[in-house]
Amino acid sequence: MRKTCFNMIYELAKKDKRIVYIGSDVGSGTLQQMKEEMPDQFYMEGIQEQNIIGMATGLALSGKIVYVNTIATFLTRRCFEQVLLDVGRHNAKVRLLANGGGLVYSALGHTHVAPDDIALMRTIPNMTIVCPCDADEMKRLMPQTVDYPGPMYIRFGGDAEVVDMIDHKIGEGVIKQWGTQAIIITTGTMLQVVMGIPDVTIVYLPRIKPLNPQIPIWASLHPKVVTVEEHYINGGLGTAVLELLNEHGINKPVKRIGIPEGYCDLYGTREEQLKYYGITTEAIERAILSG
Amino acid sequence: MHNLDAKSIALRKKIIDVMNVSRQGHIRSAFSCLEMVRAVYDIMKPNDKFILSKGHGCLAQYVVMNDKGLISDKDLFDFCKFGAKLGGHPFLEIGTGSLGHGLSIGIGYALADRTRKVYVLLGDGECDEGSVWEAALCGSKHNLSNLTVLIDYNEQQSYGTTHEVCELEPLRDKWKVFGWVACEANGHNIEDIESWLQTTRRNKPEVYICHTIKGKGIKLTEEDLRWHHKTDITDEQIKSLHEGLNAENLL
Repeated sequence: MRKTCFNMIYELAKKDKRIVYIGSDVGSGTLQQMKEEMPDQFYMEGIQEQNIIGMATGLALSGKIVYVNTIATFLTRRCFEQVLLDVGRHNAKVRLLANGGGLVYSALGHTHVAPDDIALMRTIPNMTIVCPCDADEMKRLMPQTVDYPGPMYIRFGGDAEVVDMIDHKIGEGVIKQWGTQAIIITTGTMLQVVMGIPDVTIVYLPRIKPLNPQIPIWASLHPKVVTVEEHYINGGLGTAVLELLNEHGINKPVKRIGIPEGYCDLYGTREEQLKYYGITTEAIERAILSG
Repeated sequence: MHNLDAKSIALRKKIIDVMNVSRQGHIRSAFSCLEMVRAVYDIMKPNDKFILSKGHGCLAQYVVMNDKGLISDKDLFDFCKFGAKLGGHPFLEIGTGSLGHGLSIGIGYALADRTRKVYVLLGDGECDEGSVWEAALCGSKHNLSNLTVLIDYNEQQSYGTTHEVCELEPLRDKWKVFGWVACEANGHNIEDIESWLQTTRRNKPEVYICHTIKGKGIKLTEEDLRWHHKTDITDEQIKSLHEGLNAENLL
């Protein structure tokens, strides 16, 4: 997913001089070709997230489309105020490329795990949040990010199997299957986890903010609503869905599946942590049956 | 010797007039950086950028812009009213108020177009912020000779002096070792500032450490730290401020 994103930035930047990439001391060799061929559009800066976000804002307010790349935790927590007051307040066309959304970096411990990024970004007015589910979707998404209004947060999940999907625009939810027992609403690479659960409707939402306004209609057609996300139960997709349903007066049981409050400090692999938190196909099936 | 020209005195009076309506504002900070802001606006070209990173000094920027016809009297005198365009921290082209943001935005401006000049005015207390020094590293790395920082070095911050709260000295040396051209001068001498800002130097960003007096011009605002951000200003105090700017009382 990440590699596809970088390839797309390179391709897009070749055609559009407005496109600028800023990395924060990320992996050696990243976008080397862009660095060599388009040095005016490539910046590899130090480990200084606050500065980079301000710098991105100044570039964006000068007409550039700025893609800023680093680890999700540092891009959200470390420079939150710069994202809020610089990027957000000025509605700057800055695209935050968040590596390791959710539990991708489990082995690196709680400093590098991002179970809270969506909650933080949801509080920023103007911020669009997208969570692609695979490399193919990233490839379709990136050209749409160039002229998309305002700032964007683009969350990279781990490498995941490609899901067959019709093309869609940023924000359009995709109904992947229909069923009667429940409606599962999910985002990002959790789609692959819920695919195949029998007799449920699966709504895949690549865009969490703003939320697709059709959700209340879809939810009203089912006896229960289940949200699944690789994120804290509080503050992310599940919370957003609850709020939207409440605003529309839809009082369905809503089961939010995700990470409970606490520090994700168990190390191990992403899969081991997902299993620990009950975010597996089997556990989700059980949760639906148990009501 | 007060060394303020007629314009600087008139602009200070205008700030007091605005505060007569709003009854609040960071008057000491505005009086401290007024000549620096004037100097920048005097020499700025249309594509150039100015960022008042110490946003709380905004009354200085507002009255200078008003003087240049860039802000209307109505907007100026609506200062801090509900729904007003101008408040206690600015949101003009760039919004500032939380310290330590302006220099990084200025770097983005300067990188995007190296033919423009970018001026960023920092407070001395603002230099306590780590983000300022992140930006200092970045500005010299990119050899941004079109980027100029002006530091309002009045040596006072909210609680007390910069020497008590967080020592910045040797400030000029700090910027020099970060790779900047660093100079010092009297921040109330407008001719000197303008002349320095228009001198072309090496392929490096520049910092101009301007020695200033917080609350410059009036005894009350120069000496009383409680005027850092003053609210509930009385008629009597407004009168005293105006009297302080009379020729015989000017400091």
